[in-house]
Amino acid sequence: MMVLIILVGIFQSWNIALSIFNMCLISAVMTMGANIQWGYAGLINFGIMGYTALGGLAAVLISVDPVQEAWRAGGFDILMCLWLIIVMILVIRFILKNFAKSKLRNYGIASIIIAGIILIRVTAEPGIEAIESVNPAKTGFLGGFGLPIIFSWIVGAFFAGGLAFIVGKVALGLRADYLAIATLLISEIVIAIIKHEDWLTRGVKNVIGLKRPAPYEVDLQTTDWFINLVEKFNSGKLALISNLADRQAALNQLVIEGSSVFVKLCYSGLFLVIVIILLIITQKALYSPWGRMMRAIRDNEEAANAMGKNVVKQHLLIFILGSAIVGIAGAMLVTQDGLFTPGSYRPMRYTFLIWVMVIVGGSGNNFGAILGGFAVWFLWIEAAPIALFLINLFTAGMSDTNALKVHLIESVPYFRYLMMGLGLLLIMRYRPKGILPEKIEIK
Amino acid sequence: MDFLNAIILLLNYIFVPALTYGSQLALGAIFVTLIYGILRFANFATGDMMSFGTMVAILFTWYFQSIGVSLGILPTALLAIPFAILFMIIYMLFIDKFVFKYYRTNKSPPVQLAMVSIGVMFVTQAVVRIIIGPADQRFFDGQKFIIKAGEFKEMTGLNEGLAIKSTQVITILVTIILVSVLFWFLNKTKTGKSMKAYSDNEDLALLSGIDPKRIVMITWIIAGILATIGGVLYGLDKSFKPFTYFNNMLPIFAAAIVGGIGNPFGAFLGGYVIAFSEIFLTYAYKKFFMYILPDSMEPETLVQLLSTDYKFAVSFSILVIVLLYRPSGIFKGKVL
Repeated sequence: MMVLIILVGIFQSWNIALSIFNMCLISAVMTMGANIQWGYAGLINFGIMGYTALGGLAAVLISVDPVQEAWRAGGFDILMCLWLIIVMILVIRFILKNFAKSKLRNYGIASIIIAGIILIRVTAEPGIEAIESVNPAKTGFLGGFGLPIIFSWIVGAFFAGGLAFIVGKVALGLRADYLAIATLLISEIVIAIIKHEDWLTRGVKNVIGLKRPAPYEVDLQTTDWFINLVEKFNSGKLALISNLADRQAALNQLVIEGSSVFVKLCYSGLFLVIVIILLIITQKALYSPWGRMMRAIRDNEEAANAMGKNVVKQHLLIFILGSAIVGIAGAMLVTQDGLFTPGSYRPMRYTFLIWVMVIVGGSGNNFGAILGGFAVWFLWIEAAPIALFLINLFTAGMSDTNALKVHLIESVPYFRYLMMGLGLLLIMRYRPKGILPEKIEIK
Repeated sequence: MDFLNAIILLLNYIFVPALTYGSQLALGAIFVTLIYGILRFANFATGDMMSFGTMVAILFTWYFQSIGVSLGILPTALLAIPFAILFMIIYMLFIDKFVFKYYRTNKSPPVQLAMVSIGVMFVTQAVVRIIIGPADQRFFDGQKFIIKAGEFKEMTGLNEGLAIKSTQVITILVTIILVSVLFWFLNKTKTGKSMKAYSDNEDLALLSGIDPKRIVMITWIIAGILATIGGVLYGLDKSFKPFTYFNNMLPIFAAAIVGGIGNPFGAFLGGYVIAFSEIFLTYAYKKFFMYILPDSMEPETLVQLLSTDYKFAVSFSILVIVLLYRPSGIFKGKVL
């Protein structure tokens, strides 16, 4: 896999190779999260998109500077709302605890929820309007805490884990295919909220220019040590150019290229650290008594239950853990891109593609998950060039104006879906355990 | 008079659109539920199969338009539907033979079949986009309105107009005919009854001499008819875009589950439940209240329970609530 990426570096450019590599690392983290749920415990989670988006939201809320004006305009109303929500939850909990199960209780809770929602809307509306009207072209939202964006990786994990707790409480009792549909739909709800609650996330207006953990290209290009470094690396090439002005121009060009490669390398380093840490932890967990218990639960729930293992609790735990890892990946993704675009979270890209990675790589095997993340993402990106090459090969006999050829070349981007689908179908058919199957067999 | 105006307002903006949208969802939901009841897996390729059928219908429509065949005031697409159904059924049987059959004969768990259907989803999506492209296609022709808002106002002298598009009438009529034929088939004919038996208890059905291959084939044929017609009706009423069709899979699933998955009648009603609640909860009732309340009590805000952005979220929330309290659906999953 590394060889392929290096080949891209040589033939296309190092910039592309590194961005593919970074996305591969992020995909690997997501796949590890899904793999924990599916491979260890056999839980289907089609809501990966929602957790990714929550991780991204965490990145925004942590790193953006607070918008003081917006806080003054509507902060009080929003805080009141939060307070109301907490009161509502406490009241419902109190009722659930102290009253016997009855129709009256159900109606009571329903009416509390409805009254609560109306009350919250009435309180929040002026606040939200005020916040959204504060400089709407640039801010129009509350902003975040202004902390370094790296923190958001942890916070993203907590956000995603929190959502997973709620979803797990609600949906984990369902049968496998119901669970798949329920998680998919809940994640759609989460995306809808992130997209349309402008006061919190700016919605489809996107948040751009997030802080970075790595230096900026523009700064690098004027830093002495970096220019010297580039000069040193390319001294051989530069020495060939005799004209001093030409050499300076060439050096500038190299510095510009080098700076973006350097920034991407910084990200790669950071992501690599995360992937390695997660890999160590998940490997340890897989071979620990806890991992054995999870596999026992996966393979025979009743037996595990009879042995005194709390299946419901363990399912919830692993659902939260896996989702939290996906949350980290979501925060990493936004960190790398430097922007948060709620509109881009689509089930195709963030749920089903990740599942292809899990299945192709090998469920239950962490190395398989990483390999799946790398291989599938690589194919996803390089599918278009490959398809273009194949089309040109097969239609070589036709003239360039042939309608079929033109149409095929126009639709090159969609061949990636074809490749993913065929890949998935072939793997499911001939190697149902994935490229790297689970090592431990329980006999 | 004001009261009549209010009624017409609701008819125009809630009832007619919801009934149309509900019919389209209902056809898709019956498709999902049939596959689930008889082949026993959640078919994630639903939306894309519908878009495949619609795509073929559009291609035929274009062909008919190019040779000058039309149905006068009716859309040409109606003429293309039978051909599209044929292609759709061939495509589905082809997929079944090369993909699903292997897992069925191996008695794989439903989850695995669902995963496989994701593979089919990717492939179908690719095929559709490669052939017709991802862009919006409008293929409606013929007369657009049966009653125009302006004409209605003149006719009745009311303030509010009632506009009924011909696609809405076509959708509702076709749905009624198709669904009644389908239920007649499932409940009265021998094949329909054997399908029911197969879905209730596979082993017993085999014992009593029901041929599973035939059942599966008939299921795919019915599914093909439903998917194509449902897809074409949606496309005629709104427009055809592969991505929207993929997204429609979600409310369709919601409808099927709300109605009790495996139960076609439940799925049929589930479609309307989802459609009506989506539109009811996101409609701004301001004008309605302006008509029925005296001037002094006129509402200042839009009186909208939820903003229209949350249209999809409404149906999903209903689904989650149903799953929580009645996992077998409103109409109890009496299987098929």
